[in-house]
Amino acid sequence: MTHTVLVTGVSRHIGARVASALAADPGIGRVIGVDTVPPSSLTRDGGALLGRTEFVRIDLRTPDIAQVISAEDVDTVVHMSLVSEPAKSRSAMMEHNVIGTMQLLAACQRSAMVRRVVVRSTTAVYGSSPHAPAVFTEDTEPVDVPHSGYAKDAIEIEGYVRGFARRRSDVVTSTLRFANLMGPRVDSPLTRYFSQPVLPTVFGFDPRLQFVHEDDVVEVMCRMAVEDRPGVFNVSGDGVLLLSQCVRRSGRTGLPVPSPAFGVLGMLARTTGLVDFSPEQLALMSHGRVVDTTRLAATLAWRPKFTTAAAFDDFLQSRGTGADRTAALVDWLSGLATRR
Amino acid sequence: MSEIPASETSSEEGARIIPISAVRGTPPPGPSDATGPAGSVDERLAELLALLRRRIAGDYEVDEFGFDPELNDKVLLELIRPLYRHWFRVETLGVDNVPAETGALVVANHSGTLPMDALMMQVALHDEAHRAVRLLGADLVYQLPVLGHLSRKTGHTLASREDADRLLRKGELVGVFPEGFKGVGKPFSERYKLQRFGRGGFVTSAVRAGTPIVPCAIVGAEEIYPKIGDFSTLARLLGLPYLPITPFFPWLGPLGLIPLPSKWLIEFGEPIRTDQFDPEDADDPMLVFNLTDQVREAIQQQLDALRLRRGPAFPPFF
Repeated sequence: MTHTVLVTGVSRHIGARVASALAADPGIGRVIGVDTVPPSSLTRDGGALLGRTEFVRIDLRTPDIAQVISAEDVDTVVHMSLVSEPAKSRSAMMEHNVIGTMQLLAACQRSAMVRRVVVRSTTAVYGSSPHAPAVFTEDTEPVDVPHSGYAKDAIEIEGYVRGFARRRSDVVTSTLRFANLMGPRVDSPLTRYFSQPVLPTVFGFDPRLQFVHEDDVVEVMCRMAVEDRPGVFNVSGDGVLLLSQCVRRSGRTGLPVPSPAFGVLGMLARTTGLVDFSPEQLALMSHGRVVDTTRLAATLAWRPKFTTAAAFDDFLQSRGTGADRTAALVDWLSGLATRR
Repeated sequence: MSEIPASETSSEEGARIIPISAVRGTPPPGPSDATGPAGSVDERLAELLALLRRRIAGDYEVDEFGFDPELNDKVLLELIRPLYRHWFRVETLGVDNVPAETGALVVANHSGTLPMDALMMQVALHDEAHRAVRLLGADLVYQLPVLGHLSRKTGHTLASREDADRLLRKGELVGVFPEGFKGVGKPFSERYKLQRFGRGGFVTSAVRAGTPIVPCAIVGAEEIYPKIGDFSTLARLLGLPYLPITPFFPWLGPLGLIPLPSKWLIEFGEPIRTDQFDPEDADDPMLVFNLTDQVREAIQQQLDALRLRRGPAFPPFF
């Protein structure tokens, strides 16, 4: 029986959704949401309903979190506070991600109450490489280990989580490696990329991409928070989209640029602070990444409701774009042809 | 099967090929032959436009390896089929040895300086055996722009243990050229001599999956670009395994890239079963070496017989 759940990162969209979904579960006694900043963005999207979640403002990088965990008798910790791009600087992002996780896990280790820890990670830990196998399972050793940005943070976080699981083997520890998030409200470097009118692509490369819909992320996190499913799991919508397919589905124009120029464009975007365009992003846009999700499907007896394609279509629909215009052109052509 | 005279086989295959291409050209299962030639033109146009619409809207599926069956069948294979039919006049034998639906590992000899034999084998298996072959390629291919991703779209992937196991587990027909660059880049003087077979990784994968190994001999590819020399220093500078000199390349420039129209035969031999072994036997190096040798022997014998049967490489001249 789960009594008190602590959710980190509730000021961000996906963390808030997980917290509110947990708060809606009558089987859970209390839901405590923590984050470094107050959940202001929530009111903007129509008061996204933290429900009966109690918010505590904590700088995750400080040991304050330990006080909350011990004072409130927290028994389940859901760690959603992983940021994929720097708000201020790269070092601040690293501190938030890695130091924050270290503090949280240190607090969990000292607590006698905590019996379940669920950590959000990313499939970016596998990297993207022409030398890697086409499909990554949870046990695949990355060939080219990512050495910067978000992916590096995630690798370090997973290292600390493994260490924690070893020291506190009585605590059920689940790590979820999510594919790129997609959905109407997701705000990530990738969703921003697909919102541009012209989409630069790397010439001669057509990466395989996978998306997981935000609804499915919320459902997986909630199930992991109330069930004992120790281990590492890949989470992604079924199926694969090629970047070229995404560009066509979005009805936008692809602009193939040679790989070095693509890198320069990315650096420019990075210096303007718009996106964290790391070398990993360039690798993803060149070689893509596909993961195997059979372990999750077998463990939870569940499949994501949205396939990769459905998640992307839902995102496009929310942005009011799609391949309608180009399709209409072909329809018009075929109309001409059949009238003849 | 090998006793059938060549002429008879080719006519038999010719008779079989026609209905397949007719079916391919028409829209979904419906019997289109009933509508006259005028109707079929309209239908073809409608189908072409439907295809175009799907392609433009991105409304098609690729598998987890990036294989795009529609692009492969409707566009890419159409482009290389003339080479198969008219340029190399490929005859394919022993198609019955390729399982119709289940997983199998096709192991073939590799030659020709440029891997044209991989393309021809793909057409042969698609047209005659109705199977999409999933080749395991060198990682050099996947580092290159355009080529690497074209290769993925046609169903091929990197030669790695994980990918091979995964494809075989899914019941796919997997193809390998265990000689690798040693085979495809060997000098003309060593034609039809099988090179060393790597570490036998392909045998390990087949034993783990319990799938049969189909030995395949390809005759004809050796003569398309007779490699008589090598710019080895320049090749090393460019990071390539070799940079060939042929009687026509680089002397004739781009013209030297036209493959010579040799006569080709592709034969699929009797499958070598692996299901009598325990999947754990895949770790037994002795078993792996023995099986590798057995496969290699089978292909070399097939090659020698097939070469005799073909006669001159450029009939009727020499």
